[in-house]
Amino acid sequence: MAAISTSNRLWSRLAALLGGVLAATGARALDLPKDRGEALVHSYSGGGVTANGPAVLVRKSVSDQVSLVASYYLDSVSNASIDVVTTASPYREQRSEYAVGVDYVYRDSQVSLAASTSREPDYIANRVGIDVIQEVFGGMTSVSLGFTRGADDVGKHNAPEFSETATHWLYRVGLTQILTPRWIASVNGEALADAGYLGSPYRVAQVFGAAVPERMPSTRSGRALNLRVLGDLGSRDSLRAEYRYYWDNWDIKAHTFEIGYRRHVGEDWLGEVGLRYYSQSAALFYSDNAQAETLYVTRNRQLSTFNNAGIGAKLAYTVSKVPGQYDFKINGAYEFVRFKYSDFTDIRTGNLYAYNANLLQLYASVTF
Amino acid sequence: MNLHPKATATLALIAPLALAALLLLAAPHAEPAIAPASSAPDFTLRTMEGPNLRLQEQRGQVVMINFWATWCGPCRQEMPHLNRLFEKYRASGFVLLGVNVDDDPRNAAEVAAKLGVKFPMLLDTDRKVSHLYDLSSMPSTLLIDRDGKVRYLHRGYQSGFEDTYEKQIRELLK
Amino acid sequence: MSARRGTLIGIVMLAAWLGGCSIQPWVKPYERERLADEMMKFSRDTLAERHIEHTREVREGARGATGVQGGGCGCN
Repeated sequence: MAAISTSNRLWSRLAALLGGVLAATGARALDLPKDRGEALVHSYSGGGVTANGPAVLVRKSVSDQVSLVASYYLDSVSNASIDVVTTASPYREQRSEYAVGVDYVYRDSQVSLAASTSREPDYIANRVGIDVIQEVFGGMTSVSLGFTRGADDVGKHNAPEFSETATHWLYRVGLTQILTPRWIASVNGEALADAGYLGSPYRVAQVFGAAVPERMPSTRSGRALNLRVLGDLGSRDSLRAEYRYYWDNWDIKAHTFEIGYRRHVGEDWLGEVGLRYYSQSAALFYSDNAQAETLYVTRNRQLSTFNNAGIGAKLAYTVSKVPGQYDFKINGAYEFVRFKYSDFTDIRTGNLYAYNANLLQLYASVTF
Repeated sequence: MNLHPKATATLALIAPLALAALLLLAAPHAEPAIAPASSAPDFTLRTMEGPNLRLQEQRGQVVMINFWATWCGPCRQEMPHLNRLFEKYRASGFVLLGVNVDDDPRNAAEVAAKLGVKFPMLLDTDRKVSHLYDLSSMPSTLLIDRDGKVRYLHRGYQSGFEDTYEKQIRELLK
Repeated sequence: MSARRGTLIGIVMLAAWLGGCSIQPWVKPYERERLADEMMKFSRDTLAERHIEHTREVREGARGATGVQGGGCGCN
């Protein structure tokens, strides 16, 4: 009984402290996200897969404190990837994604709700999430918390009796800190949990040289930690550096390094160049050609040991701009990525698999 | 499935407490340098047109000082309202001084012209006066009475503030 | 229950101590001109970032902590 009343007193004392602080911070306000329109044409081509399509986004504030956003994204996929080509035949399909969101700003806080649904002929993925951002410490620090829950329906072409589900829980925490008048940094952490059917009904594994349907665990739990720093270098240019470490209970460990340089050129142009390096170690039950019978086995190259290196460039042109009223830009981005696998072979050639990918984006953005 | 309920419980407990702990870091706003009913610190700044302007010389009039910058959205939103108030009350002994804190005064002059600003614009390029007044937000708007005492301090701008400004100006002009 | 209470007390004490420390924000609101530039934003174009993040998530085993909240898909 004594333990409970002490807890209660602590909670009420904490609440009182909180109340006092919120009163003391004054009428600082987080800015409501600006009204915006984006129209994008995206293209990806690599490893026998091409995925192209348009996407649009519209954001509009409906009051001083509330902003609504809606977006549509289409992926036209033509899949002749190594998996598809060696185990089945190339196919085409379309994936559409619809997303809506609401943002509510009150003084130093922002609450955002988001929902999205992604639909393809054999997979439906639904997501619902909430994010809370709080500015503290005179606006120098921004703390954010978020949670997303996902529910997927997994199907299979030409097999209406196949019907599985997968559930996802994503917890996010982040801290953005102004370090100096020219440098900001952020730390983001995410905890991911998945349960249900986490494999692919089409994919096969290789055990003693023979093809068997893959056997995947029905749970996965991962963590990611991301550190970023961004600074103004003084001559209308900035430098960005990023590192992420990911680890999960499938024994995958991955490192991501990114570095980017942005520069204003003249009055209307903003250019960016960037490098990215990614490397991961294989999942526990991954095997290119398993030499033992194990409970779980997969030959999904996404879970193998590999690295990729990418170089990219971006250019934004301000077509017209009236500060405080609108800003209309045309943007283009290109990225070249080379994938190299260390324990996944191309069974057509017997060599370790490697391929190049090209990513292209062309989009217009208007901010009101 | 076995990890998720524990993760939920831990996060549900730690997260709000962590947030509360960080919110407490914002606590040091205890003694602002400019407390209402204290004398407004005197300063002399160059105006956009060239000649200097000293705050002390405005004594006897009701003075509103608005600290702003071209890169601050709410500051630009506020300008038309300040213009309107200046035009309406200038004949009754009301002075509105805009203090700009941009690095580049020419850019500030351009934006001020685009916004159609009619009241005097002062340049605080080295931000000494902003520091003197210990500003804790952008924009910051102060109302000083005829005796040179700071009577009201507004942090930030949200729509509706201009009505409060008008009420307070009328009160000080009496 | 007592471990939980201990954590609670610890956090409250830490928070109170930090509050009492009175660390003043060292970058004032009027010194943030450089940070207001669009090139100083971590996140600029929602759709473009969503696309890039999607192409990576589909091919890489690592996920999360990128600041992009995208959807899922069955892209294998």
